[in-house]
Amino acid sequence: MMAAPAIRVEGIQKSYKDLHVLRGVDFEVEPGSIFALLGSNGAGKTTMVKILSTLLKADAGSASVESFDVASESLRVRQSISLTGQFAAVDEVLTGKENLVLVAKLRHVKNPGGIADDLLAQFSLTEAGSRKVATYSGGMRRRLDIAMSLIGNPKVIFLDEPTTGLDPEARLEVWQIVKNLAKQGTTVLLTTQYLDEAEQLADRIAILHEGRIIANGTLAELKQLLPPAKVEYVEKQPSLEDIFLALVGTGTNESVKDRS
Amino acid sequence: MSTHFFADTSILLGRSMRHIFRSMDTIITTAITPIALMLLFVYVFGGAIRTDTENYVNYLLPGIMLIAIASGIAYTAVRLFTDMQSGIFERFQSMPIARSSVLWAHVLTSLVANGLSLVIIVLVALLMGFRTSANVLDWLAVAGILALFTLALTWIAIIAGLSAKSVDGAGGFSYPLIFLPFISSAFVPTETMPGPVRWFAENQPVTSIVNTIQDLFAQRPVGGDIWVALAWCLGILIVSYAFAAATYKRQIA
Repeated sequence: MMAAPAIRVEGIQKSYKDLHVLRGVDFEVEPGSIFALLGSNGAGKTTMVKILSTLLKADAGSASVESFDVASESLRVRQSISLTGQFAAVDEVLTGKENLVLVAKLRHVKNPGGIADDLLAQFSLTEAGSRKVATYSGGMRRRLDIAMSLIGNPKVIFLDEPTTGLDPEARLEVWQIVKNLAKQGTTVLLTTQYLDEAEQLADRIAILHEGRIIANGTLAELKQLLPPAKVEYVEKQPSLEDIFLALVGTGTNESVKDRS
Repeated sequence: MSTHFFADTSILLGRSMRHIFRSMDTIITTAITPIALMLLFVYVFGGAIRTDTENYVNYLLPGIMLIAIASGIAYTAVRLFTDMQSGIFERFQSMPIARSSVLWAHVLTSLVANGLSLVIIVLVALLMGFRTSANVLDWLAVAGILALFTLALTWIAIIAGLSAKSVDGAGGFSYPLIFLPFISSAFVPTETMPGPVRWFAENQPVTSIVNTIQDLFAQRPVGGDIWVALAWCLGILIVSYAFAAATYKRQIA
């Protein structure tokens, strides 16, 4: 690795009372890559993300984002990151546009209104922009949520289970957004419990299990951990997801816009 | 590497004020119960209560205002709790803003919202015959004491909002506070109460605040009560602020 890692985690431990959630986690994330932290519910993924986004303090170990220590240089870290938490962190009482303007003002960027309009357009929310977020669908909330995270062009974005609770179409939209982010050079750390999500998006995958990283590599490297593939002939049946997406006409923005 | 505490606080204050103006019900409900109590006491019980004021509304209004504040701050706890639940609190905390401005915005919102409720209550009291010869300075003194009382109780509400496990818990802590004015000089003079009750009534914070405001409205010299009132308000403010800060620290520990 030539460049300094965008995220470096060394020996991080964290307990809640008697519950030892993280037992010494190590990993590094290359700048501009998508890194997936894969694990089942309760594996400690959210705890790890909270430590990296300076919302929680680790008990032991060290972590840095963009070479800033999360404990001692937390303000610098917060200037480099954006967090999209497990539940869409949007203000229900405000409209979509007001939510974006709010974040833009708090980040002290120039022309908050213009930035809000651009993002609404980019995320197919222009028409919904003047409506209260309380009327939005789950997919629209998540898109607004991610749009709010992009304001101020953070170098690193944390996405904590970005597609949990979304329908298949909305899920594909989020995947597209994440891929575009990485294309523009943003480092993305995403947590997921969906294996196919990690497979689709991530440059590297780390499996967090019982508070430790038990595997870390590219998909190809992880595949080599298992005995070589044997060739079997299986009739290819369409999955229910294939059928659902074929029937409803996948990914067209029109159908998304009409939904409310 | 500086943050913009005042700018960030005012941006976030603008956000919660939008919440309030989009659902005025929180202002109305804060005002309605105290107004109902005021009607009940003036027109039902009032005839049988002897105070040394010519007009029972004049006697009652300060206590009614304290009840309004004690119930109004519960909404601050609920608003903060809702922010924590929805994840927007964490979003703000993970941004490069002055972190304390998130709490201060809620505190200032509480001051404005309670102020609006109090204005409604005073207007209703005027219709019911409340009269005062208080001048601008007296009114400023009354506003100042009420603001300090609101500030002190709001920081208790912040503790409740930060540590509650449910919306009901976030709002429910205020019931004992609402009850305090009943065992004070707010409704009847303390002289008529039996020994221990009278002792409690005369030595709890509400009585000194009520007496001070009554004196200011009636243009009487305020005496030592104002210092007791200020001491109580400042004391509660400092202790609750310290506990709120500790509760907040525990959240990110």
